[in-house]
Amino acid sequence: MIKLSFPFTEAQVRALKVGDEVLITGTVFTGRDAVHKYLHEGGTLPDGVSFKDGIIYHCGPVMMKQPDGSYVCTAAGPTTSIREEPYQWQVIRDFGLRGVIGKGGMGPKTQAACKEYGCVYLHGIGGAAQVLAECIKKVNNVYFLEKFGSPEAIWELAVVDFPAVVTIDAHGNSLHEEVWNKSKAALAERL
Amino acid sequence: MSQLLDSLVELIRRTSAEVPDDVHRSILSALEQEKKGSIAENALKIVDQNIALAKNKSQPLCQDTGSVLFFVDVPVGYDQITFAETARQAVTAATKKGYLRQNSVDSITGKNDGTNVGPGAPTFHFHQHRSSEVAVRLALKGGGCENVGAQYSLPDDALHANRDLDGCRKAILDAVLQAQGKGCGPGILGVCIGGDRATGYELSKTQFLRKIDDRNADPKLDALEQDVLKTANELGIGPMGFGGKTTLLGVKICTVNRVPASYFVSVSYMCWAFRRQGVTLDAEGKIEKWLY
Repeated sequence: MIKLSFPFTEAQVRALKVGDEVLITGTVFTGRDAVHKYLHEGGTLPDGVSFKDGIIYHCGPVMMKQPDGSYVCTAAGPTTSIREEPYQWQVIRDFGLRGVIGKGGMGPKTQAACKEYGCVYLHGIGGAAQVLAECIKKVNNVYFLEKFGSPEAIWELAVVDFPAVVTIDAHGNSLHEEVWNKSKAALAERL
Repeated sequence: MSQLLDSLVELIRRTSAEVPDDVHRSILSALEQEKKGSIAENALKIVDQNIALAKNKSQPLCQDTGSVLFFVDVPVGYDQITFAETARQAVTAATKKGYLRQNSVDSITGKNDGTNVGPGAPTFHFHQHRSSEVAVRLALKGGGCENVGAQYSLPDDALHANRDLDGCRKAILDAVLQAQGKGCGPGILGVCIGGDRATGYELSKTQFLRKIDDRNADPKLDALEQDVLKTANELGIGPMGFGGKTTLLGVKICTVNRVPASYFVSVSYMCWAFRRQGVTLDAEGKIEKWLY
């Protein structure tokens, strides 16, 4: 297990390779379909949100509002990342992301952007909403709650030892590409 | 009425927070088979920890609490309208309690009113039968696995899939290949051969009401189920698409008649977080027994 802690520097990220298991500690922002489309269309991040040397988490959590107005996260696994494939490369380039947490992997555009700008794709365990919610120690803030609704809002989360696997590294390698090629060949032999 | 409401909220709570025993056994058996120390094994260990945590905390196994699908068997004369109204109230109550995410949005505006109730949400499939029993089965199907479902129209030239069982096999295995890890594998396939585009998908989902270790009564379909399961697990896609031995936990196939011009193979994929439960209800709407 490799500890990946804030601030997420380019050097830290470039040292990672496909297959590495990491534990992430620091601030991460959620952002999924609505946020990516909005940024792709020229939208700007709200005051208080910076992706510079940061990590975005493809996640629509379950959040319970407390009597004092704060939020507790009660379920927070990754959502399928491939839907952000048309936009992710641009968000990495324009906003300086060092990491993208999601599930299911991403395609060649994101793979190329990871290599060029120094970013990694961190695969969380899909469906493991309770184990991952336990890693969220505090919900610091929420942005675009009214605009996008709770699952699509930008939630600022303080995470400790959040487990993930590097499946696209900053050197042009992708576990998804490798598994796709091998499984396709294996199936061809069995038809 | 309020007894029925309480029962349905409890059905939703348990469905969201607990995988049924048959599914859990199947996941534990997959965990045994993965190579020690591999990322596939570690992924399944986290899955198993998650199953225990969700149950103990009565919180959703997965934050995507999915499409809410009710399959209701009712006696002749049963008031389905009142049942549906009460079920909608139960869905809203369960959402307030955090058993369900605010998960239903207007398709065009994207507006989320936070109730999980709206046009088509939740969904009801009523089935009248001669028995006096009221049986309510519920599936919560997440969007990640729903998105990797696929429908094939045979013959499919690119797949060299003809209108026969071998063609069906090719189509189903192509769906497994295309899904990779995007549907949160290891997954379970529900398949319908035949029907039209709508009934094919609908019936593919009713296959998820079968227990994972049951066997198909039709020997030809049973052989196809076992063959697809074995072959899929030889592809090396593995849990989460990380590579590994377990790509699928189960395959369930049904057939219905088709018109001569159509030959659909409809494949629905269910993630490992296979949320399906069921109850029978007494005359007052109280839970008599759990079905899974």
